[in-house]
Amino acid sequence: MNESWFSAILFASSLGAGLLGALSGLGGGVVIVPLLTIVFHVDIHYAIGASLVSVIATSSGAAAAYVREGFSNIRIGMFLEIATTLGALVGAWLTTKVPTSAIGLVFGLVLLYSAYVSLKKQHEDITQEPDRLAMRLKLKGSFPSGGGMQEYVGQRVPVGFGMMWLAGALSGLLGIGSGAVKVIAMDQAMRLPFKVSTTTSNFMIGVTAAASAGLYLRSGYLAPALVMPVMLGVLAGSLAGSKLLVRARVHTLKVVFSLLIIAMGVEMIVNSLKGM
Amino acid sequence: MAWDDKRVETWVGIMLRTGVMIAAAIVLIGGVLYLSGRGPSPRNNYRHFQGEPAQYTSLSGVVHNVNLHEPRSLIMLGLLILIATPVARVGMCIAGFLLERDRMYVVVSTAVLVILLYSLFFHK
Repeated sequence: MNESWFSAILFASSLGAGLLGALSGLGGGVVIVPLLTIVFHVDIHYAIGASLVSVIATSSGAAAAYVREGFSNIRIGMFLEIATTLGALVGAWLTTKVPTSAIGLVFGLVLLYSAYVSLKKQHEDITQEPDRLAMRLKLKGSFPSGGGMQEYVGQRVPVGFGMMWLAGALSGLLGIGSGAVKVIAMDQAMRLPFKVSTTTSNFMIGVTAAASAGLYLRSGYLAPALVMPVMLGVLAGSLAGSKLLVRARVHTLKVVFSLLIIAMGVEMIVNSLKGM
Repeated sequence: MAWDDKRVETWVGIMLRTGVMIAAAIVLIGGVLYLSGRGPSPRNNYRHFQGEPAQYTSLSGVVHNVNLHEPRSLIMLGLLILIATPVARVGMCIAGFLLERDRMYVVVSTAVLVILLYSLFFHK
């Protein structure tokens, strides 16, 4: 196969991943690494490099659309980015120290966890007390809901902060956005409304991923000819996906995509255990 | 019109999208030049990790080696612009919080910016 065909196939697969990622709300980044390693036999270091760059593109590209909806909370996002970027420093550093099979194993487990989270029913209770720490840090806001504005205040800030550190570490180690863990930290730990959690998470993903990019570059994970079709494909797919989102039957799609992620997760775990 | 969160975020959103589009255009141009220059030679093999040549493994290396006759250097330039978009976003948020006179969040976003700059230039 020549390079042009290879690039075209990579572009088309990444486009599909970006499209499915946007439509299902799971993000395209999470399937890029298994796609590259399992289907195209790319070394995991190059794969996480291509994935990290795609994650930044998707997050920055979608920001304008999310702002328009008025759900994302810039202060909560910024405060928690202290945790995610510090975590990413550690995660990215680990990629240069731990064996390939360990990265693969953690990746497989994160895939299974992401699928579980997306299939689980979402609770929507916003019974909240004014948390003192959250009030001092201004981790509160309101969003348009039904007739008027719904107020919310963050809860259990230290737990959320700790989980965000973990989300950052996983992002740096695996070249993903860690959207699933970020949403859990805000929605479950801090009890923020689901819609606020998902949109703020998307905003945070780009900043978190950028904190790993320097070390990835210096370590030689960014192979220009490989990143090119992947990044362009994921970006085009996710932008198209967010436009289509209004009309698609999201639930069926989510189930299909989750099953795909479970299969990839199992494959990565089995491969990693064989390679240990 | 006073500066509020919504207005700051709208500007940030527009800036991010513009940055991504510029980066994607440069990567696309670099990619087309790269593929047309290679012709029908066999595809690259990424099965074994070898790292990348020195000019593609540092920020200054990429910036100083931009060369129209070496399309991969254009792709790398596009990637750096892309990586800069979230960093610029944090910078714009600092400006926004300054305009809103929110000192606590000027400090918070400056902390994030410092971590990001450290990671880009010094993290080993």
